[in-house]
Amino acid sequence: MTAVSAGLDAVIRVDRDEYLLDAVLQASAGETIALMGPSGAGKSTLLGALAGFTALTAGEITLDGRVLQNSSGTDVPPRERGVILLGQQARLFPHLSARDNIAFGPRARRVPKAQARAEADAWMERIGLAGLGGRRPAQLSGGQQQRVALARALATHPRMLLLDEPLASLDPSTADGIRALLRDELSDTTTIMATHDADDATSLADRLIVLEAGRVTAEGTPHEVLREAGTPFIASLVPGWQMRVENISPDADGIRVSDGTSELRLPLGAPVVPGSIVTVRPPS
Amino acid sequence: MIRRGYAPRVLAIPALVAVAFLVLPLAALVGRVQWGTLWADITSPEALSALRLSVITGLLATVICLLIGIPLALLIARSSRRTASLLRAVVTVPLVLPPMVGGLSLLFLFGRSGWLGWTGWQIPFTTVAVVLAQVFVALPFLVLALEGAIRTSGLDYERTAAGLGAGNWTILWRVTLPLAGPGLLSGTVLCFARAAGEFGATALFAGNAPGTTQTMPLAIYTAFNGAGVSQGAAIALSLMLLVTSVSVLLLVRGWRAAPVAGAER
Repeated sequence: MTAVSAGLDAVIRVDRDEYLLDAVLQASAGETIALMGPSGAGKSTLLGALAGFTALTAGEITLDGRVLQNSSGTDVPPRERGVILLGQQARLFPHLSARDNIAFGPRARRVPKAQARAEADAWMERIGLAGLGGRRPAQLSGGQQQRVALARALATHPRMLLLDEPLASLDPSTADGIRALLRDELSDTTTIMATHDADDATSLADRLIVLEAGRVTAEGTPHEVLREAGTPFIASLVPGWQMRVENISPDADGIRVSDGTSELRLPLGAPVVPGSIVTVRPPS
Repeated sequence: MIRRGYAPRVLAIPALVAVAFLVLPLAALVGRVQWGTLWADITSPEALSALRLSVITGLLATVICLLIGIPLALLIARSSRRTASLLRAVVTVPLVLPPMVGGLSLLFLFGRSGWLGWTGWQIPFTTVAVVLAQVFVALPFLVLALEGAIRTSGLDYERTAAGLGAGNWTILWRVTLPLAGPGLLSGTVLCFARAAGEFGATALFAGNAPGTTQTMPLAIYTAFNGAGVSQGAAIALSLMLLVTSVSVLLLVRGWRAAPVAGAER
């Protein structure tokens, strides 16, 4: 692997009683990376570590040439990282209007109030919510709240944006709207997006990283990773018919594999062992 | 929608008894007011000086409680579970302690022969003592109400704010305290009410000197008990405290309702 000149370069190890997260992660500047994995694989822990909310047991995080964290004690606090974590919940400050939520980051960086608010109004327009700036979060729908949360994050010009399943709690049509917004807005920002939707990975991300049981098990363009289906989990992401091989028996000129209900004949020397997954996919 | 729930209906009877028990004594008090001399009783120099002293010491005590109570509430809310329950227990002691015992304890700390006697500070039986006694009994109300509110609103909003680049003071002023606003407000009101109504600790630690340490509750006690001169004055002062408390409650309710109504701009 070549070191990236700008962007993210991270080795992350988090040791907990239950599990171990041990992942190497790189992203070039402006790249969008999708992060997939089964529940409990460590996606949220990984994002939390990048944002500075989860302590590393070991490892090093470098972002745009600046060491954010390493084993010799450097640990840049979250507010100086320029890394924003956006989760399933929008977490808009309930006591502030949508406009003041977006203006919050710039205001914290001492941008004058009037200017910060004007910028916030421009953002409201950009995310399709012009005129709703005075509303409190409780007066916005879930999708509108996610839009405001995204604008609030982008208004601080983050060096890296971490999205932890931002579409998971939205209904399908609302999620489509946010998807389109993400496609438009994320091109300049280094982004890592945890998702459980392979379509999101292929349509939004330049690269897909698969995390299973705390380790990276596949990495590449989304199409490559999904086509190669290197693990049963990845295979399960792609629509198609699957069989988990249980019995293997020799046959004339080949082998017979079955899962108890279906049976296939494969050529001699096919690399199957009990537990292998045989997948049949529609032509792409 | 049926909103009555599933509580046995017969429980309405003891509930009404409870309401009657809370309301009837106050009604009886109002019934005993001698309206003819009410104005004179309230505006007597003794009454006015007691009122002034109560308001000033009560407000002062509340400010001190805020200055030291908000940091303590933050500390407890963000401590580990064990430290938090220990600190919470410490804060609760003055709440369950008879105020007289509190007054006695303050005397043994600040008194001439107390632990801090060597400083030469003349604190007992001064107005300062009144304020200290009030802080001692009122602080737990503020801390416990605020701490609960801070813990409930959790860390997620603070983390969000930190990610957006906010420093710790900004987060405190613009996120943590506003989110805990209702708890802070009710804690402050309870704190002031408890301070203004403080009797036992004040009586022991500060005494009952008109003008310097005789607050409203002490004035009521004196008027009612002291040689039986004027029960009318005691009743008038009590009525005034009652009216004041109810007005504060109504004001606070109105103030809390306002931001919600004003959200549509």
